[in-house]
Amino acid sequence: MTRKLMSLSEAIGRYVADGMSLVMGTALEAAIPFAAGHEIIRQGKRDLTVIGPISDILFDQLIGAGCVRRVIAAWVGNVSEGSAYNLRRAVEEGVPHFVDVEDHTNLTIALGLHAAALGVPYLPTRTALGSDVARGHPGLRPIRCPYTGEPLLAVRALAPDVAIVHVQRADEFGNCHLWGNLGVTLDAVRASRSVIVTAEEIVSADLIRSDPNRTLIPGFLVTAVVHEPWGAHPSPVVGYYHRDHAHFREYHERTRTREGFLAWLKEWVLSVPDRSRYMDRLGPERRRALRIAQSALSAPADFGC
Amino acid sequence: MDDFTPRELMIVAAARELRDGEIVFVGMRLPLLGFLLAKRTHAPRALGLYENGVIRETPAAELLYTMSDLPNITRATACGEMLMVMGLLAQGRVDVGFIGGAEVDRFGNVNTTLVRREGKSILRLPGSGGAGDIASLARRFIVLMPHERRRFPARVSYITSPGYGEGRGWRQRVGLPPGGPAAVITDKAILRPDPETKELRLVSLHPGVSLEEVRASTGWDLQIADPVERTPPPTPQELRLLRSLDPEGVWTR
Repeated sequence: MTRKLMSLSEAIGRYVADGMSLVMGTALEAAIPFAAGHEIIRQGKRDLTVIGPISDILFDQLIGAGCVRRVIAAWVGNVSEGSAYNLRRAVEEGVPHFVDVEDHTNLTIALGLHAAALGVPYLPTRTALGSDVARGHPGLRPIRCPYTGEPLLAVRALAPDVAIVHVQRADEFGNCHLWGNLGVTLDAVRASRSVIVTAEEIVSADLIRSDPNRTLIPGFLVTAVVHEPWGAHPSPVVGYYHRDHAHFREYHERTRTREGFLAWLKEWVLSVPDRSRYMDRLGPERRRALRIAQSALSAPADFGC
Repeated sequence: MDDFTPRELMIVAAARELRDGEIVFVGMRLPLLGFLLAKRTHAPRALGLYENGVIRETPAAELLYTMSDLPNITRATACGEMLMVMGLLAQGRVDVGFIGGAEVDRFGNVNTTLVRREGKSILRLPGSGGAGDIASLARRFIVLMPHERRRFPARVSYITSPGYGEGRGWRQRVGLPPGGPAAVITDKAILRPDPETKELRLVSLHPGVSLEEVRASTGWDLQIADPVERTPPPTPQELRLLRSLDPEGVWTR
């Protein structure tokens, strides 16, 4: 097996190129790969297509930083606060430039990734029939069921160039344990040509093999593994830290204007070289408050023979 | 204890829409509190599905800002993929779901994508999320919205979440399962579809709200049920439970 451990800047530099499509934020509000997104901004990637079900401010940050040409998503905003101001400025006023938005529903994003994961060109559904989401949509075409003749939508397969996912623990070969809500993570990994994993902890292959049912991402699908503690802050990671609601509130307040966003971007992304300095800036008290206060361990499962 | 906020009444009215034992697509904010309140009153066996992949029978121990907050995962019944819960929705096994919106029209179509303003300018909103799926596929859905004239046009500028489309027979014609909006709960009133025409009509006025006020806040010639009801105010028990769920009034003030 190949060791794939590298730094985040190396992983993004090597595997994310201008013009690529990236799927991120696959577990919805949890385990959003913010550290990776910030490194993409620092490396000045351009003309990206970002794909995801909802995006709790990560896509908004990438749009505001000028990295995005196209958004394929069901929802872009700030889940606890509301609007995404950079998305609004880009779509309404072309600031910093116009972006195309291909609107989906959560289910059509999930089905598009599932289709690619199954190796089929589309999957049929009844969702969004008659809605304006489906009207003239390049990836949601009306079809008839070949068996019953009923109207359906054919959801085009979504096969991103790169999936970036944040997990609880991985070994150096890319085998990952993850738990909690999974969203579309597993299909996103199988649908993508390459996979970058950021992990709270790097553990031994022996530990991973102690619980094979929790190995939801097998290492042979993974391109790069990055040890990145707190790599999902301000989103939560089950077993590690809570969602930082105050950070989302502050982002909402400060990004109402373009100038406010640029100041925020400088403070939290451009002037910090990496995630460890970012966490220094957050400070020890805030980190302590976000850490889980009380463990709730699951019962072990017996894999003996 | 007798004083209550408009949001508290909306949550109580949402809770009363749930029946015991139902499978519920819960959502966040006001609907989440409505679901938790119903579970602690008349619907203890209701089952909550969350589109991030969580299934819960018991309420989370703390107030949630999002469905992926850690308290919603601790002691959950099941955690898995979005398609696990969305598949149940697509199969027609979800009794009821809640959605909010920027605009709702007289046939209960909801817009959360974009509003076209005067001239060429647009107001871009976050989009569907799971709302379009709930409106398309749940056996019924409930809309919660502030009652303002600009939010209640005769026809929404964009259908994100389909209600009854252009009226009776529309859902079947476009291929949607029966479903549709069962109620629109606002801070002033409750509207429900006319069984024949599927047009929303006023069925209940909240305490202290006049008919004229509701008419003036609605962008079409609102039909009125006869007789029109008065929404019962929250009971002391409902208020006490609700305030214990959100002690600081994050979502209720």
